[in-house]
Amino acid sequence: GKSEYDLLVIGGGSGGLACAKEAAQFGRKVAILDYVEPSPQGTKWGLGGTCVNVGCIPKKLMHQAALLGSALKDAQHYGWNIAQPVHHTWPVMAQAVQNYVKSLNWGHRVQLQDKKVKYFNMKGSFSDPYTIRGLTKAGKETIVTAENIVIATGGRPKYPTHIAGALEYGITSDDLFWLKESPGKTPLVYYPFILHLYEIIVYISLTDASPDVSLECAGFLTGIGLDTTVMVRSIPLRGFDQQMASLVTEHMESYGTKFLKRCFPTKVEKLESNRLQVTWKNTDLGTEETDSFDTVMWAVGRAPDTETLNLEAAGVKTNSETGKIIVDASEATSVPHIYAVGDITEGRPELTPTAIAAGKLLAQRLFGQSSELMDYDNVPTTVFTPLEYGCVGLSEEAAVQCYGSDNIEVYHAYYKPLEFTVAKRDATQCYMKMVCLREREQRILGLHFIGPNAGEVIQGFALGIKCGATYPQLKKTIGIHPTCAEEITKLHITKRSGLDATVTGC
Amino acid sequence: QEAAKYEKKVMVLDFVTPTPLGNSWGLGGTCVNVGCIPKKLMHQAALLGQALQDSRKFGWQFTEEVKHNWMTMTESVQNYIGSLNWGYRVALREKKVTYENAYGEFVGPHTIKATNKRGVEKLYTAERFLIATGERPRYLGIPGDKEYCISSDDLFSLPYCPGKTLVVGASYVALECAGFLAGLGLDVTVMVRSILLRGFDQDIANKIGEYMEEHGISFIREFVPIEVEQIEEGTPGRLKVIAKSTKGNQIIEGEYNTVLLAIGRDACTRKIGLDKVGVKINEKTGKIPVNDEEQTNVPYIYAVGDILQDKLELTPVAIQAGRLLVQRLYAGATSKCDYVNVPTTVFTPLEYGACGYSEEAAVEKFGEENIEVYHSHFWPLEWTVPSRDNNKCYAKIICHIQDRERVVGFHVLGPNAGEVTQGFAAAIKCGMTKEQLDSTIGIHPVCAEV
Repeated sequence: GKSEYDLLVIGGGSGGLACAKEAAQFGRKVAILDYVEPSPQGTKWGLGGTCVNVGCIPKKLMHQAALLGSALKDAQHYGWNIAQPVHHTWPVMAQAVQNYVKSLNWGHRVQLQDKKVKYFNMKGSFSDPYTIRGLTKAGKETIVTAENIVIATGGRPKYPTHIAGALEYGITSDDLFWLKESPGKTPLVYYPFILHLYEIIVYISLTDASPDVSLECAGFLTGIGLDTTVMVRSIPLRGFDQQMASLVTEHMESYGTKFLKRCFPTKVEKLESNRLQVTWKNTDLGTEETDSFDTVMWAVGRAPDTETLNLEAAGVKTNSETGKIIVDASEATSVPHIYAVGDITEGRPELTPTAIAAGKLLAQRLFGQSSELMDYDNVPTTVFTPLEYGCVGLSEEAAVQCYGSDNIEVYHAYYKPLEFTVAKRDATQCYMKMVCLREREQRILGLHFIGPNAGEVIQGFALGIKCGATYPQLKKTIGIHPTCAEEITKLHITKRSGLDATVTGC
Repeated sequence: QEAAKYEKKVMVLDFVTPTPLGNSWGLGGTCVNVGCIPKKLMHQAALLGQALQDSRKFGWQFTEEVKHNWMTMTESVQNYIGSLNWGYRVALREKKVTYENAYGEFVGPHTIKATNKRGVEKLYTAERFLIATGERPRYLGIPGDKEYCISSDDLFSLPYCPGKTLVVGASYVALECAGFLAGLGLDVTVMVRSILLRGFDQDIANKIGEYMEEHGISFIREFVPIEVEQIEEGTPGRLKVIAKSTKGNQIIEGEYNTVLLAIGRDACTRKIGLDKVGVKINEKTGKIPVNDEEQTNVPYIYAVGDILQDKLELTPVAIQAGRLLVQRLYAGATSKCDYVNVPTTVFTPLEYGACGYSEEAAVEKFGEENIEVYHSHFWPLEWTVPSRDNNKCYAKIICHIQDRERVVGFHVLGPNAGEVTQGFAAAIKCGMTKEQLDSTIGIHPVCAEV
């Protein structure tokens, strides 16, 4: 029989919502299912997906809270008299952030209504390739059929279930942003020094797959005055340029975050005081160590949310190792009328803007006579650690691997943001580098920037790289003065030359 | 500094004629001493004031009353400038560039007379000369202006808080200064003769003005001061300003602690003996016309920077032009300074970054039917929690339809506009089109992704 809907989207996150709304623009009958399975700790949230509820948005807002803590310190140097003590209260921040997120949930509901997209707050699974069974929280069932189906269920944080106590006592990013009370005891921040007293939170990251989340969270927790430790099994920020990754972690260390490197936890136990005792192995020293903390947070990667979809009933193939859905360049799965976008797809960046773009283009191809495919090359990204890191294109390692070190030129510079001067802030890790091809045209392969407002800096250059920007073109671009970004247009010292790469602004 | 790399014998003459109120400064020019650098630092101080307010909404707690101390800020800023002055002296020495703190003027072909602070004169000859004397603030030419008013030359080292200030002018200097003074908690009024930010996109200029008004800065439009009197001496004192309407005979009066004149800058070309060597200048503006290789009508005399006619008055432009000129003269290079699509940023409380054509200029150049303007208001994520200024930030790009919708103008009004605009300027240099812009993925969540 005829399907009820032209398009059914399973998953109301960045990718799903973008696809559904775009399809509705073409006058199609569209429905979207969204459901949030509560976290093991019981946390749940509204429409909008990971980004809005437990990702980019609350993360950046809490990062901003931490940055404002630094601003308070700087302000003194710029003449602002702030009486001590200065301290941060978690509930005020959390409430403000959570309220904003809820307004976004609401906004999305309204938009779906305006665009006449039918919204089901149900958990969907396949009965057959064209039929979805939706289940409400109360257990009520609804059957929906559609001609085209898009799976955009995203992922959820993994738990290291092989570690005793991990599930019972640990939280993840799913819970962190919704905590009503501080993960540490009330912090005391004595201006102009930050003293980490009493509040102890440990933050564990095995950094296999979801690298930046752990460092970003550890960063802002430190920034608001909590005593934070990051336990890392191997290398942080795997997959990113390693020189930049180490500068980022170096900065965090000088910022106050503690690192337990090359350690991995073996068990988590609850103490009488309600604090948590963590036992871990230090692989360097071959010893076993313990310490107690108020909160343990896991950031060991994210797993695609496909288990309950019943993909077998539809015949949709997944990658046996990662569990992610395999798609082709047009976002189609192994079943022609079933598509997938976002974090759930194999081999794609786990980023909101790519999910949105892919979702929109998919809708345009399905219903709008477009044939434009998603371009996943040169996607810019930013890690919002206390000192931010923005990049686009290839890492230095990737470029060397791809072209050979003789065929690439790396221009780099250590710089000092003007605003750091009066504030007497340490700019040791403020650094940028550009990886170019060495041949005559000198096309730019990758750009990396560590410093304040890294995202704002990198965005425009990402555009330039999309236009095939070359080093000579960049040199011809006049800088805006005084900014940090202008230093990119002035890059001229190569790594090859071995010269000191410290540059002065004026 | 560039020329010294090629082992040329180089000398630099730098001299700062004190302001009417007696202010002077060290080596480095306008940008370092009385321009970009102190301006941005004081703008930062004002932004930090705003950050303090925001931080409460993000959970930071501290006493309600927060006051700003002008002297603390100014001292820090001046110390930093001092370190830059020193840095330049050292750099010149290391590069073996002879530096003389003396006032230079031409006295004959290939010959310059240098007069130092004490009046001692020396003569120097050179194969080539580069004039880069820049500009100084203009005065109104009304009673009391030089005696009682200050300019940007004085503001950044003012040894006392300016207090209630009247800023005369609508240039970016006027608006930037008014902006940060208000941000530090001072009572600020801006007196404007006609339009804001002449030469800039007027749609955006008006948005900037609106934002400033909404944030407590008063504007007196279509008036010009005709007299400044001193009511009381002091640091600051009290001044009476009498102003006349540009559209009739209405006279108004106002009392202020400080009057800051920011009505324009004049090229320092009238008293350096250019007539003695035959260098032509624009009699009206004082600026020097040059060819596309920065050469004046006298072959061995070149000029760069703010004194050039029809070129942008920006530090990076001057630096680029100066470097490339020397590379052409001594290193056999052929690159000329590219004055097209030079990006710029106005550091008003709501920052404005731009590259390329304003909407008006684009309409004039290409015709209204041949351009498409894409625009959007946006709300920086960081402003949501403190509930600040919803829908004030704005971005627009102007595309040339016939030329594959090439982006010919880029404008953004919002925080960190400079950082945002820089990369787009590079992209515009690469001939970016709307299609390429659309296909570039945004970084989330930042303002620049809009």
